[in-house]
Amino acid sequence: MYTQTDVIKDTTADGPEGELVINMGPQHPATHGVLHLVITLDGETIKKIEPHLGYIHRSIEKMTESLTYRQFTYVTSRMDYLSAHINNLACAMTVEKAMQIEVPERAKVIRVLMNELTRIASHELWIGAMAMDLGAFTPFFYAFRERELITDIMEETCGARLTMNYMVPGGVMYDIHPSFQQKVKEFVTQFKHKVTEYEDLVTNNVIFQSRTKGVGFLSKEDAISYGCSGPVARASGVSCDIRKLYPYEVYDKVQFDEVLDTAGDSFARYMVRVREMNQSIRIIEQLIDSIPEGEFQAKTKAVLKPPKGEFYTRVETARGELGVYLVSEGGTTPYRIKYRSPGFSNLSALDHMARGSKIGDLMATMGTLDLVIPDIDR
Amino acid sequence: MFSLEGITGTVQNWLLNTFNPQVALLIECAIVILLAISLFAVLGLVLVLMERKVAAHIQIRLGPNRVGPGGMFQTVADTVKLIMKEGLTPDLADKFLFNLAPFVVMIVAMLLLAPIAFAKNFQIWDINIGVLYVSAVSSLSVIGILMAGWASNNKYSLLGAMRSGAQIVSYELSAGLAILSIVVLTGSLQISDIIASQQDGWWLFKGHIPVIIAFVIFLIAVTAETNRAPFDLAEAESELTAGFHTEYSGMKFALFFLAEYINIFIVCAIGATLFLGGWMPLHIGNWEGFNHVMDYIPSSVWFFGKTFFLIFLIMWFRWTFPRLRVDQLLNLEWKYLLPISLFNLLLVTLIAILGWHF
Repeated sequence: MYTQTDVIKDTTADGPEGELVINMGPQHPATHGVLHLVITLDGETIKKIEPHLGYIHRSIEKMTESLTYRQFTYVTSRMDYLSAHINNLACAMTVEKAMQIEVPERAKVIRVLMNELTRIASHELWIGAMAMDLGAFTPFFYAFRERELITDIMEETCGARLTMNYMVPGGVMYDIHPSFQQKVKEFVTQFKHKVTEYEDLVTNNVIFQSRTKGVGFLSKEDAISYGCSGPVARASGVSCDIRKLYPYEVYDKVQFDEVLDTAGDSFARYMVRVREMNQSIRIIEQLIDSIPEGEFQAKTKAVLKPPKGEFYTRVETARGELGVYLVSEGGTTPYRIKYRSPGFSNLSALDHMARGSKIGDLMATMGTLDLVIPDIDR
Repeated sequence: MFSLEGITGTVQNWLLNTFNPQVALLIECAIVILLAISLFAVLGLVLVLMERKVAAHIQIRLGPNRVGPGGMFQTVADTVKLIMKEGLTPDLADKFLFNLAPFVVMIVAMLLLAPIAFAKNFQIWDINIGVLYVSAVSSLSVIGILMAGWASNNKYSLLGAMRSGAQIVSYELSAGLAILSIVVLTGSLQISDIIASQQDGWWLFKGHIPVIIAFVIFLIAVTAETNRAPFDLAEAESELTAGFHTEYSGMKFALFFLAEYINIFIVCAIGATLFLGGWMPLHIGNWEGFNHVMDYIPSSVWFFGKTFFLIFLIMWFRWTFPRLRVDQLLNLEWKYLLPISLFNLLLVTLIAILGWHF
């Protein structure tokens, strides 16, 4: 049995031959949450990284077993809180798949719009946090200026800014706010205008490029074998965008490109995310003027009882592929639910990517992995 | 016209008339010490507020605006908070060195104040090797940082201190060579001589492109020497939490913090003295009227204006650039800045020998 004192004793002892073992986290400015990395150092060079998880484990999977099918989507907002909409959507879609509920067209379009806004908001926060990891403070405030507009839009329509709980089995919870379309258009205009500022301040900065190019390399084979997904895998050349490969909702009706890069380093991951924001803007522009009229929610029974069986849905969150595996016994609550979260698999590649690099490189690598700790621990 | 020289003259005359010369000298020393310490306090307060306001302006926010008019007393409130805080010493730390380190850093910053000319004939100590004194003493601060990092018994602190050691020792060379180029042009190490040589124009304008290169190298090197972003590897809060002062709290932390800002002021004052003519007003060739108007601005205003301009530049760097990595930092110095400054020094020497400068 591993007791608390054992862990502490274990991780503070220095290794042989002058190796330094440092505990980065659970409270550390660069881990963005309570991730605990035990790093073995030789001077400044990283020899080994061992992530210790579980500091924010809230047993969400177990909790869902005692919640009804209408309730269990809400706790998933707290998993990857930056893609709350997308998590909720994955759960709602699983229930719809199980019960064969036909979602109205209007709800589908609203869902996609919300998803893409969430993706942009998440990437905005990431660009700021990542620049901050590399020591540049100012981009954080620039990114939050745009992100604020999205959270305002969310607040108007969903009533919350971070954990929206807007997607429900059968559609969306409320209709969109009357000023939704106009506000989104204003945001799109401002975003297109301001995104050049990021280019000037971050992308074209010599120091930023020298800090990220060639750092934290992940080959295509490794990306596949570690199970990476999302921008991390796409920067290594793995085509894995669920929106393209297994289109859901109305993703098969809109034009957008899957952003791919082959360099596999931190700069490639950065560029993939920046270009993905532009693709999201493209999707929003195509849909915002053509939200079909009609119902926003399908008529469902008050108590949802999916038939006995096993159901799996996958969606593309801002971080990668989120899978929801639902086992139903035919009752009012799920028998078992398992989430395949993108952050967990992406984190597993960290040790491989960071070995042999400097501590400073670890910040670039970890920053571009875009880890959200509750998504890893659940 | 307001002049600091006039005030000091009056005070000295009065002291000499009232007391015998030895007592007068002692009283003068006491006054100077008092003034130096109060300058420290004022500079600390002003610079921290300035940094926060500059940062806020760059980052499209307001900055401190609650305590006092326009947030003027925010730093006072922060200082009071730090004084009230408990000064923790870790259990396994080397207690003597741990407590000594902030004072070493602070005393070094204080010593550097001596040869700086704040206005016309207003200088604490016009030593004839002033520039050498500054270069020599400023490199002592690394001892305080290494001491703090080692004595804290914290791995982050140790890493930060080691980085800082490598960094300050390296960038000392470039800063020294940049300073040397002005010494070559002036032919003197004395601060007052260097300022006097810029009566007809500042070295930045008189010395052609080589001096401009030296100025740029000086700015980069002193930014690194004062551990400021983009060279703040010793602190690197996203990597090493707070680097060498991770374990410090309360007033001991405040001393490190204050020393950082005093050091910025001092290197910028040196830069203003060497390259921008110190307290000399801006004179342009034969524009008599313009030159007369410039002469009416007190010399202390000129000095502080130039210094604060350079401080603003250094703050601007901090809030724009990401941090360099430790090997890139050393590459920049040893592969680029050092060869360039060596070659540049040769050019400056050529200019000085042939008398090509204006």
